[in-house]
Amino acid sequence: MSAIIEVSHVSKSFGGVKANEDISLTVEKGSITGLIGPNGSGKTTLFNSIVGYHPIDSGSIRFEGREISKLLVPEIARLGLLRTFQQTRIYGKMNCVENMLISIPHRKMTLLEAFRRNTPEERERAEHLLHFVGLYEKRWLQAGSLSFGQQKLLEFAMALMNEPTVLLLDEPTAGINPTLINGLIDRLKHANREFGITLFIIEHNMRVIMNMADRIYCLAHGRLLAEGTPEEIQNDQRVIDAYLGAH
Amino acid sequence: MSMRKLALYGALLLLTVAAPFLFPAYQTQLATLWLMIIVALTWDMTGGQMGYNSLGNIFFYGTGMYVGAVITITLYFPLAEYTDASRSETFTFTPEMYFTGMVLGTLGAGLFCALSAYAIGPLFFGLRGPYFAIGTLGLAIAAGEIVSNIDILGGGQGISMPVYGGDFEVFKKIIYYVFAAMGVVLIVFLSWFYQTRFGKAINAIRDDEEKAEAMGIHTLRYKLVTWAISAFFVGMAGSISAFQLIHFEPLETAYQTINLGIFMVVCVLLGGKGTLWGPVIGAILFHVFKEVTWNYLLGWQWVALGALIVVIVVFFQDGLMGWLRHRKPEWFGIRVESREARASA
Ligand SMILES: Nc1ncnc2c1ncn2[C@@H]1O[C@H](COP(=O)(O)OP(=O)(O)OP(=O)(O)O)[C@@H](O)[C@H]1O
Ligand SMILES: [Mg+2]
Repeated sequence: MSAIIEVSHVSKSFGGVKANEDISLTVEKGSITGLIGPNGSGKTTLFNSIVGYHPIDSGSIRFEGREISKLLVPEIARLGLLRTFQQTRIYGKMNCVENMLISIPHRKMTLLEAFRRNTPEERERAEHLLHFVGLYEKRWLQAGSLSFGQQKLLEFAMALMNEPTVLLLDEPTAGINPTLINGLIDRLKHANREFGITLFIIEHNMRVIMNMADRIYCLAHGRLLAEGTPEEIQNDQRVIDAYLGAH
Repeated sequence: MSMRKLALYGALLLLTVAAPFLFPAYQTQLATLWLMIIVALTWDMTGGQMGYNSLGNIFFYGTGMYVGAVITITLYFPLAEYTDASRSETFTFTPEMYFTGMVLGTLGAGLFCALSAYAIGPLFFGLRGPYFAIGTLGLAIAAGEIVSNIDILGGGQGISMPVYGGDFEVFKKIIYYVFAAMGVVLIVFLSWFYQTRFGKAINAIRDDEEKAEAMGIHTLRYKLVTWAISAFFVGMAGSISAFQLIHFEPLETAYQTINLGIFMVVCVLLGGKGTLWGPVIGAILFHVFKEVTWNYLLGWQWVALGALIVVIVVFFQDGLMGWLRHRKPEWFGIRVESREARASA
């Protein structure tokens, strides 16, 4: 396997707060990589830096070997590096199908092609993916009227619709009904194995991330604290201390 | 399309064609009504469908007037001599010159406005919410002031357009049909445009621009092209207005920020933002309201207009279509899960 995302020596501060300090990590192509850490440890900040949401103070971020730390959010998204939001963002006034159709990849779309209606294939794919996340029955409902957990699933389906190479998921299971979490884990694994999407996942639920990830990074106070396989992380005294200290 | 819809559209089209013969005394008002429909629909492209409320679209109207006039005149005469007020020479246009000027001038006005929207757009689309509104308003105000200081464009006096040599009744009909044709083309275009991927993308920008960016949508490109299309139609409408009014001057007619510049927004708010027919219905209601108050409440017309605006923004923020959509969501294909269904799920 080769690295698809390479973060090296990235720092980012907000005023006096050093949200990320000298962070280096890699995400292997085709893997499921986890990012954990106590609240406020800088996980979302790192995601934001990777997708170009804010400029970084120093360091370099490479995607498929290409430096992307100077690119804009939509440019990075069009390279196939997509993110979902911790605060779930969907288009609330539109129905689920419309949300999906808006999410078609804009990577190769020319202006002329934008002046066309969605193709039957796109509609079919939208319905197929809504079925995949279990929202098929609700496809004509206004997205804003769905429960928070269902909105998270819709956002996940929208991300898949966009056919990303890498998907950054910020706490995909937060707010999801515990009885549905196992189903979501299966779907994430399916997206990884069958659709070939590399996943980089921020997750607070240890059971979930230990179950899925090939490799896990742990942040604390803006710094990289530990890295390793789920077993190594689980038994790492520093990680245990960081979590106990934080709670 | 269902037969009923087809019949309805057919009837509306027939009415559009027959209107100047059915109401010969109101031909000018009917032409102005189409102008209102055009500026309302184009305002809604950015305001209602894309979430960018411009107060400066009147810039394209005024610019369209000037570009249309300048092209028409310079096709046959030196502009400086034509606009030099001290000269009493009359410049006569044969019907052929007149119509050639009208066609080329109006197309040129549309193209010029579209290109200017595209060129200045990056400056304005970095602004959000009220800043975009005020920024675009500033553009229109500044343009009016600048143009009134350019002598070759007639300065503060404005420009007197060539006069149609023929029958005045025919002239009124020509103006009406040109506006009506432009309006019908615009409605047909928009009913298709809003269904395309492009139309969906601008709705995404309106609902959550940050999300749209994160999904890789070319937000700036879509914003620029949408504004340019809108400016294209407004610019052409401005040019036709110049022919209709015969004489126009920069501040009160061309860059009339407080009249037409605000009216177009009121029309859309009245009918309902972000819908195809809302701006059309709003323009009709507003135009009737305006004609009635301007004729029967003279002296109080602005008070009545102010009261109307207050009533809309306080009680009917989503306009007539929004109110209808709230009452009859199924007419608009909106499905909201019932409480029971949700509880049992
Ligand atoms: N835009 C911002 N402006 C100022 N401070 C910020 C900003 N974004 C994050 N921070 C700060 O940076 C630190 C890291 O925040 P971040 O959101 O990255 O943490 P996190 O690990 O994602 O936490 P959580 O698990 O709660 O989501 C926090 O102290 C936070 O207050
Ligand atoms: Mg976070």
